[in-house]
Order: sequence, then C-alpha cells, then structure tokens
Amino acid sequence: MHEIAAIVRKDVRIELRSRVVITQVLPFAMIVLILFGLALDADRSTLRSFTPGLFWVTVLFASILAIQRSVSVETAASAFEALRLSGAAGWKVFVGKAVAVAAQLIAIETAMLGGVIVFYRSSVDEVVLLVTSALAATLAIAAAGSLYGVLAVGSGVRDTILPMLLLPILAPVLVAATRAFGDAMGATAVNGWSWCALLACFALLYGLVGGIAYGVVLEDA
Amino acid sequence: MTITNQSAPVSQGQPPADFSGTASPTTRWLGVAALIGVAVLLVFAFVLSEPDQRLDPDTNIVIGQFDAVRLLYVHVPVAILPYLAFSITALGGVMVLLKGSASATWWDITAAAAAEVGVLFAGLTLITGMIWGRPIWNTWWEWGDVRLMTSLMLFLVYLGYLAYRRAMPVAETRARRSAVVGIVGMINIPIVNRSVEWWENRTLHQKSTLTEMKIEDLTLLSLIIGFVVFGLIFVWLMVHRFRIGWLEHQAETVGLDAAIMQRRAQAMTGTGVDESVDHPGLTKGGDQ
Amino acid sequence: MEHAVEVEQAVVVLNGFPALAQLDLTLPTGSVSLVQGPNGAGKTTLLRLLAGLVPLKSGRARVLGLDVVTQRRQVRAAVGMMAPSSMLYDDLTIVENLQFWSEMSGHQTTRGTGDRRTALDAVLGRLEIASIAHQPVSTLSTGQRRRAALAAVAMRRPRLWLLDEPHAGLDQAGRGVVDKLIVDAVDAGATVIVASHELDRVRPMASHVITVAGGIVHRSEVETDA
Repeated sequence: MHEIAAIVRKDVRIELRSRVVITQVLPFAMIVLILFGLALDADRSTLRSFTPGLFWVTVLFASILAIQRSVSVETAASAFEALRLSGAAGWKVFVGKAVAVAAQLIAIETAMLGGVIVFYRSSVDEVVLLVTSALAATLAIAAAGSLYGVLAVGSGVRDTILPMLLLPILAPVLVAATRAFGDAMGATAVNGWSWCALLACFALLYGLVGGIAYGVVLEDA
Repeated sequence: MTITNQSAPVSQGQPPADFSGTASPTTRWLGVAALIGVAVLLVFAFVLSEPDQRLDPDTNIVIGQFDAVRLLYVHVPVAILPYLAFSITALGGVMVLLKGSASATWWDITAAAAAEVGVLFAGLTLITGMIWGRPIWNTWWEWGDVRLMTSLMLFLVYLGYLAYRRAMPVAETRARRSAVVGIVGMINIPIVNRSVEWWENRTLHQKSTLTEMKIEDLTLLSLIIGFVVFGLIFVWLMVHRFRIGWLEHQAETVGLDAAIMQRRAQAMTGTGVDESVDHPGLTKGGDQ
Repeated sequence: MEHAVEVEQAVVVLNGFPALAQLDLTLPTGSVSLVQGPNGAGKTTLLRLLAGLVPLKSGRARVLGLDVVTQRRQVRAAVGMMAPSSMLYDDLTIVENLQFWSEMSGHQTTRGTGDRRTALDAVLGRLEIASIAHQPVSTLSTGQRRRAALAAVAMRRPRLWLLDEPHAGLDQAGRGVVDKLIVDAVDAGATVIVASHELDRVRPMASHVITVAGGIVHRSEVETDA
C-alpha cells in the first residue's frame, strides 16, 4: 500500500512544484466555459439549464489534458521502464496514478463550479448530491483515463489517439453526470440519486478493469 | 571459438503460406448461399410480405408504418450483429491475454477481423436505422434513446480500436494492448443496457411499433430469413478477413528468418572489430 | 550457482528488426564482464534482455538461475540496470527520487525509515553527491544526474549489475567513483556486466570480454590470471 501512497505523493509533489495543471489546465477549463457562454449567447435561464452539460463536457476536455500530463511526467523520466524494473504491482501504480489525477480534477471542478455560478448564474440546490455525484464521476473518469493514458503511450500517435479512445467510452458517464447535476442544480426534474448510483457503478467498473489490465499494459509502455 | 552454427529458422514447423488468395470451396458455397439468400429476402420483403397497415379501433383510421416496415427485415438483423462481432473481439482479447500473445495469434486475428466486420455492420445499423426512423418518428436522430446511443457509442469505440491497431506495427504488442481496448469497449454495455430502467425519457424504440405490430406468419418468416442471410454474409466476411490476417502473419514470420540471417552476416564481415591487435593478458578461447 | 548468465539461441525482435539473432552467452557468478562492439551490434538489447525488460521471440535465457520469461519479476528485482536515460523525475530532488524508487522496489518494507535513511546517506556518500542531494534534478549537470542514477542502482543492492555506458558524461572523479563501485560490488559477491566503449578503462577490471556484433556474440575472451 505504501507504493500507492508513494506514487500519489510523488505526483502531487511534482504538480505543486511544476504547477502545470494549475497554470495551464485550469485556465483552459475556465476559457472553455467562457467560450460556451459566448457562443450560446443565451439568456439567463437557458444557460442555467445547459450548465450541467457544459460543465461535464468541459471536465472531459480538461481530463484529457490532465491525463496526458500525468503520462508525460513518466515518459519524460523514462519512468515506465523504471517502474517495470522496480517490480511494483501494476494495480498499485494504477491506483496511485488514478488517485493523483482525480485529485487534480477535483481541484479543477471546484474552480469550475465557482465559474458556472458566476458566469451562468447557476445555483446549487442539493449540495450532497452534487458533491457525491461529482466524486463518483471524477473517479470513473480518472480510472478509465489512467488506463487509456498508458494505452496511448507506445502507440506512435499518442496525443491524438487518447481522446478518440477515451471519450466514446466515457459517453455514458457524461450522460449520467449531467443528469445528476441537473437534479442537484434544480435545472431538470429527474431522480439525481439513481444517476449518482449509476456513476458509482462506472467508477467501480473502471477501477476494477483498470487495476486488472494496467499491469499488462505497463509492460509495453 | 567464434560463431555458433546456424540453427533452425524461426518459422520452422509451420505449413507453407499460400499467398494466391483467400477463397476456398467452403467460402464459395457460402457466398453463393448468401447471394441466393439475398434474392429470397428481397422477394419476401418487397413482394410477399405486406405493408404494416392497421385499423385503429378508437379512431377508425388506418395507421401503421405502411411500406416503411420493410426495412425491419434489414435493420433488425443488421443491428444485432455488431453485438455478436464485438463480443467475439472482446473474447479474443481475453484469450490473447490469458494465453500470452505468442501462442494466441489466432485469437488476435479473429478479434481484429470481428471488429472490422462489426464496425461495418454498426455503421449499416446507424444508416438503416436513420432511414427507417425518418418517416416513422419524423426525425433522423433522437438523443434520449438508449439503443441509438449504444449503437453510436459502439461504432465509435471500435472505430477507435481499429485506429489504435493501425498505430502499432509490432504484432505481440499490438495483440496485447488492443486486447485491453477491445475488452473495455464491451464492458460497460451490460451496465448501460440496464440503465434503461433508470432512463427517464421514454425511448423511441420503446414506443416503436415493433411491439405494437404483430410479428407473425409472413412477417416473422421474412425476419428469420433476414437473420439467416445477414448471418451468412457476416460469416463470409469474417472468414475472408481472418484469412487475410493470417497471411499477413505468415508473411511477417518468413521475413523474420531472412532478417536474422542478414543480421548475423554483419558479424561475419567483422564490422568494427579489430582482430589483428594482440591483447596482452587475454587468451583466446573460453567455452562459449 | 555457477552461472550468473546463461543465454541460448536468443532471438529478440524490436520493431520487426532482429536485434539479437540467436545469441549464446554464459557468464559465471562474481565476474566482471565487458561487452564491447560496434554501434547497433545489440549490446544494449542484450543488457535489457538480462534485466528482463525485453521479450524473447525464441530461445532461452536464465539470469541468476531465474528464467527471464517465466520469472520475470524476480529477475527484475535481482538486477540493477543503469541505462543512458536517467530515470529520475526532474522536479524532485535526488533524495526524493531515491526514496521514491526504493519505496517502489518494495524490498525496503522490512526496514524502517531510519534504516532506509542510513542506507541512503551511505550511497550518497559513495557517489559523492551528498552536497547536491537536496537540489531538484532539473538543476543538475549531466554528470551529476548520472551519479544520481547510479546511486539509484546502488541502493537496490543488486546481485547482477547491468551498466550501459556508465562512464559516459562523467568527469575524471566520477569515472573513478564508478570504477570503485564496480570493484566493491564484486567484492560483495555480485556479478557485473558493463557495456562500454571505454576499453582501456574497463578491460583491466574485466575477467571476461564479450564482443557483440550482428546480434550475436562474435568473440568471447576469458582472462587467465598469471
């Protein structure tokens, strides 16, 4: 277990020193939100009802960048090979990397929440539902993304293949997260908690699959 | 002691490759059967079966899909086949990972062939679905529909699978990694399908006249013929695609033996090694 | 065991190219071997094969009595490899890097943080990098990074050392440190294999000189003690 902690600590430490996510990915997410607002040129109530969807599409875009950063930290140091040499179990590396990415995404989402409240004039009706579903969705995204991030390494077309592989897989997560947020923000009348449960299923699924498959994929990274 | 003797080539023990083509008596019969089947299906679909016309008991107006229902016999079989194909891909992936990619080439080629044919049929599903949906639902697309979204998602996921495979030239690496992609692609299907219970909007498919219209007699027979015909086409495509993949694999192995011989020849020409200088303190020999 | 390395008819294919073309090699435990040969001969691939990092297309290879295919993880745990790439995170300090890699290797689990710290300090001292140990790797020179990479290998206390051009990028003092490290390793019972172009430097220390060309062992010489 201490290997997992070591990886999370290492990734967080690198991010705190290099500040790539804070200074590049987070502003990107805010810019996307602003661009959506500009493009839709809508009145207040329309933006409010669109907020959940726009929020999660932006999160997906930001997650692509965050995952690519997570992977390039390793490739810059030729660390995948060193990880293989260290003999650490594949699933431990997976959990460590996924948790670190999830933490970065949570930070981004928190800032984005402030952004949509300001720019789209949304409000939050059910905080617990919002936080729980955001957590579940983020874990699902981080898990699937960490697996696909390593899959993308070692193919010759790393940067362009990752979105192509990851985003269709995450489409159901996008739908569920949007519905859950819709309920939590009072934008649509759906049962948000059942959508949240579905998100938890996805998080569990990708966590399991990633843990099992990561070791195999790490061999060729 | 210098160079070891030439040992057996890597491709020894495999049957010789026949690069003349992928057809065989079996596939010819299969192809003929499929062609005849298509003709039979066309007859049943357009001539023998009837348009869907029913008398609504409440309003006494004739309702139904009329002639559009004839697409049923194409769309439904074509829509089922991608699920079969991608399941084969996922299964092939599992076998590749279990057996180790060196001995699992057969499964890897099968998985890739199934994915290609599956993507073809998934694309056809979307197109026939859209053509069928337009006159009936008055729309080309509907976002709330689970089956539509799943079909589109599968199409994109396995299109990505094919793109991913193209990016990796080395066979063993490609087999292992695309196995993971192929497995994960199918893995959320059960959950997504179950989520229909959670799905709030009534989907167009549920509203569809598939349940409203009575599928019996000629309609049922035509539908069954449709399944058989497209099943035959599926198998025919799979067999050919598999054989092409197998020939590619054999070509690669044969090329490897030649490459090994060429590589070892570099040593015999003594590239860069100066044998004439006497090295004090070292004796030539050793039992390598 | 008698042989640290036993390789039989090994074929390693990289990107469709046979880097090792039915190579045979045997080396005894406790020896220092120099692997020399022209560029592209397959020296690095041979080392990576012995580290359990590349797959065998055909043939067999045993390292320290362990099969590189079926016992890959044990092989990797027992060897220490120094490659041209430094395997260090730029944003972390040397100490943080070494601590991370020793935690990941896991064989430090039985030892407490205090013991690990002592071992760390000892390695820093031997590589003479204690004074720069708390600087981020990105601020270090090439030579300093190479020493840090070597420190990471030394911390693993491997039974088989695989050093790929260890002297490259190091100043005179650094090269001396490397040589001492090799001698100390052999004294402790380990086996060392060095792939190098620095023939004058390594030959005197080596008991075996392996010449690799065209993906096979072209010539193998054993030093006879006078």
